[in-house]
This record gives sequence, structure tokens and C-alpha cells, in this order.
Amino acid sequence: MPAGTLYRGREGMWSWVAHRVTGVLIFFFLFVHVLDTALVRVSPEAYDDVVATYKTPLVNVMEYGLVAAILFHALNGLRVIAVDFWSKGPKYQKQLLWSVVGVWVVLMAGAFYPVLQHTLRTLFGS
Amino acid sequence: MSAETTPVNDAVSLYDVDHPAPVIEPPRKRTAKTPKATRTNFELYGWLFMRLSGIVLVVLVLGHLLIQLVLDGGVSKIGFAFVAGRWASPFWQAWDLVMLWLAMLHGANGLRTVINDYAQRDNTRFWLKMLLYTATVFTVLLGTLVIFTFDPNIR
Repeated sequence: MPAGTLYRGREGMWSWVAHRVTGVLIFFFLFVHVLDTALVRVSPEAYDDVVATYKTPLVNVMEYGLVAAILFHALNGLRVIAVDFWSKGPKYQKQLLWSVVGVWVVLMAGAFYPVLQHTLRTLFGS
Repeated sequence: MSAETTPVNDAVSLYDVDHPAPVIEPPRKRTAKTPKATRTNFELYGWLFMRLSGIVLVVLVLGHLLIQLVLDGGVSKIGFAFVAGRWASPFWQAWDLVMLWLAMLHGANGLRTVINDYAQRDNTRFWLKMLLYTATVFTVLLGTLVIFTFDPNIR
């Protein structure tokens, strides 16, 4: 690692990169999501047609990815607030990040079946 | 005496009354070219808004995900009838309206920062931000209109 650069790697930099990437992805989804929801003003059929896309296996898996991105952005955002406003935040920023990752893993494991149940039931369903 | 502490004040000065040292301006000194009107605390308020809206959005968005994608069958139950059922309540209308505005402004300000960081040419940066602001205003107004004019008996 060259000296004198801000890009020092490790937890601080990579959490910043992941926060940016997830933020941009979530914003693009939000844009599409407001457009698809606006179809309720067109007709019930138009809305149900586009929601059917959300129930296909590929898009259902992407929804799990969306949950992953939002959960990371939310938890790491709380970490950023702690680093900015809590006097000991900067000192414990690495521990805070690994706590974020730990909570994220638990919540993602818990969300696996509920979010993907539509696909799991369609593909292997009883 | 070690090399690091060798005094330098006995070196012959390059400058004297007739040859003054050049003035180096502080990096942020205001000059004749600095516009007065743009010196606001906009970026400070933007920074604060990201944190305050972020805390509210954690509750609103995670609650939204829980209802839409986790509880009661996940995505299976979503359809026009489900939306009609939820928007029959002013509470959920207000929830969605506040979530729409905060999320769009939070996201737009985030993308503004990203554009400022990576778009190096002045023209590129300007037009990307115009595109962003146009899309943001359009999306916020469209979403607001949909929430306020929703009609469960559209047909």
C-alpha cells in the first residue's frame, strides 16, 4: 500500500465502497418501483401483470439481493451515524463494522425462506 | 547535536525589506472571484439530512420490507387488492408518502455526491445532475399523485 493515500483499504474503505454501491443500486430500484406502483392508477390488470414479474424465480432472487443491499446500507448507515456522533465511534469503527456484518448475516439467514418462499414453493412445492 | 535539531535560523535569509517573501494565499481565502451568494451551509445541512432521514428510513423501509416481502407469504400475496387494502388506511398512506419523499431525497443527494466525485468534466457533471434532478422531481411527484388519487374502484 503506497504511503500518503487516503485509500488505506481494510474495514474503513471497503465499508465505504459497499455503502456507495448498495446506495446506488437501491436508488435505481426505487425509481423503477415508483413507476411500477404507479400502474395502480392505470388498471388492476396492468398492476397485477407487472407484479407477476416480481414473482418469477429470477426476480424473486433479485428481491433477496435487494433485501441484502438495503439491510447492509441501513445497518452500516447506523454505524456511520455512530462514528460521526458517538465520542467513541471512531475508536470502535472496526468492531462496529463486524457487528454490522454479524447482524446482517443473521437477518439474511432469517429472511431466506420468507422472501424466497414463493419461488421455493413454485419449484419444489407441495 | 543530532542532524534533526540543527538550527536553521542562522542561515542567510533570501528576503529582506527590499526583497520581501512572496505572499502565499491561504487555500480557502475569499478572492474577488468568489461569489458571495454561494457561500451557504448547504453541504452541512445535506450531511445532517442524510443522517436524520437515514434513521427514519431504517424504520420505514425495514417495516415496508417486512410487510411486503417477509410476512404473510412474502411476495405471493402482492396484487392490486393487497395495495387497495393497505391504502384504505390513512396511516399506511402517510407511511408510504413520508417514505417516498425521504427515500427519494436521500437517494438523490447520495447520487449527487457520487456524480460530483466521479464525473470529472464540468459539462458531464452538470448534465448528469440535471438528469438526476429531473428524474427525482418526476418520481416524487408521480408517487405523491398516485398515493393521493388512488381509487380502489378504478373500474
